[in-house]
Amino acid sequence: MTAYLLLDHIDKSFTRGSVVSDVLREITLAVEKGEFVSIIGHSGCGKSTLLNIVAGLIPATNGGAVLEGREIDGPGPDRAVVFQNHSLLPWLTVYDNVRLAVDKVFARTKSRTERHDWTMHNLDLVQMAHAKDKRPAEISGGMKQRVGLARALAMEPKVLLLDEPFGALDALTRAHLQDSVMQIHVRLRNTVLMITHDVDEAVLLSDRILMMTNGPAARIGEELTVPLARPRRRLDLVANATYLKSREAVLKFLYERHRFVEAA
Amino acid sequence: MNMPILKSDVRPAIPAVPAKAATVLPLNVPRTSFTRNRLVPALAAVAKRTIPPIIMLGLLLTVWQILCAKPGATLPAPSQIWIDARDLIVDPFFVVGPQDIGLGLRVLTSLQRVAVGFGLAAVVGVLLGAIVGQSLWATRGLDPIFQVLRTVPPLAWLPLSLAAFRDSRPSAIFVIFITSIWPIIINTAVGVRNIPQDYRNVAQVLRLNHLEFFWKIMVPSAAPYIFTGLRIGIGLSWLAIVAAEMLTGGVGIGFFIWDAWNSSRLPDIVVALAYIGVVGFLLDRLVAGIATMVTRGTAAN
Repeated sequence: MTAYLLLDHIDKSFTRGSVVSDVLREITLAVEKGEFVSIIGHSGCGKSTLLNIVAGLIPATNGGAVLEGREIDGPGPDRAVVFQNHSLLPWLTVYDNVRLAVDKVFARTKSRTERHDWTMHNLDLVQMAHAKDKRPAEISGGMKQRVGLARALAMEPKVLLLDEPFGALDALTRAHLQDSVMQIHVRLRNTVLMITHDVDEAVLLSDRILMMTNGPAARIGEELTVPLARPRRRLDLVANATYLKSREAVLKFLYERHRFVEAA
Repeated sequence: MNMPILKSDVRPAIPAVPAKAATVLPLNVPRTSFTRNRLVPALAAVAKRTIPPIIMLGLLLTVWQILCAKPGATLPAPSQIWIDARDLIVDPFFVVGPQDIGLGLRVLTSLQRVAVGFGLAAVVGVLLGAIVGQSLWATRGLDPIFQVLRTVPPLAWLPLSLAAFRDSRPSAIFVIFITSIWPIIINTAVGVRNIPQDYRNVAQVLRLNHLEFFWKIMVPSAAPYIFTGLRIGIGLSWLAIVAAEMLTGGVGIGFFIWDAWNSSRLPDIVVALAYIGVVGFLLDRLVAGIATMVTRGTAAN
């Protein structure tokens, strides 16, 4: 296989006592370098579990993930995660949260001043340089998520993993952050794997959307390429035929599947 | 512009009212705003906190005086204590002979032992607690043992430590160590077990090694628990030092009480008790103060 990131027949089941529950079955996915791929599904379908497997935080039961020809067998900064609940360390300032990652990842390759500059560069990228001396408790939820994004970007990951990064934010803040992520993606051409349950978010941001069936034993039910040119602008897409068609396809999948499961 | 209007319109009211208002206000306003408005509330706040305890202390001393001033009373009254133990109360740091020194100096000697014993307990306790909290196997294996050992009273360790060290100084220190270490271990372990999975995930993604994880995640995250343990520990070690010194001798405050009892100097004992209480209170405040300084920002998320 030549794919940049390859998820190869991943199965995941959890065992509690004698009860085995299948969560994921036969998940196979190839992501190209620079591609923005979203995984969408109803809550509880195991999409976060899939992301954690790619991050290396939990092992797959069968199959596995391969990044640039190397099998993933544990977490590492080449697959930086932006967590759903920001996961900033509350006793460190915004700057120190990012600096911790920079110091760890570039301990040997960058000098002290270079690490400082790199930290500030990434805070600038998410427009948070002004709050560098604040602690997480002193900034808003959207700002925390920005810092979490800066921390992940600062690791220069091969794949950026976004675990419903905007799920806990209000709609306006979310839109603002989505625009930031799009700008950064255009600039840096990161490879991104994003988990979401928001249809508009998936269509707006992604090159490709993978729709997961409901659990137990969730699979990738359908795959949709979003053939919209970048850079994309939210307002231009409101009445765009391709955008609306993509949106409709995802909505149909989610709600037809959903109904199907309820009847079964 | 105002004066002509006033004069022409409200003539009868002018001579009395403006004259009074003009003289009274300018004199009073600056004085109250700069001195009384700030100083008086500050003093009032201090008074609110200090006067009630002083009144209660006075009441207690009065009751005590009434109860113990009767002929045939077994314990000395406050007035008697003041007469007999005045040198101890007034000057904590006098030195007359090798065994005749002020209580402040004795307390310092005891505090030295507590510092060594408690310091060791803090370091060892936090490290052991971190290991116990981190490893499920260690928790299962060691927690029951710790829970049993922590209930052993301080003095019960003394014969064993005297047998082991064959000297009173290290024995006293060991008793402090072994008394104060359990709450430190147990609280640290709970704190480490309660480190949110989010922080562990961050550490894993960053590939922090054990040492980095200990300093950058574990200690700050568990700091509130660790300091709870340290606070209980310092209280226990102050309890233990007095008891241990009674038996091992030396110049500590504990031995002083034992010595005073043997020579029937009851007033001295009462003064020593007051010293011990105040120092124990200050120790607790000290650790609590350090805790609020260190854990600032940790609790808030």
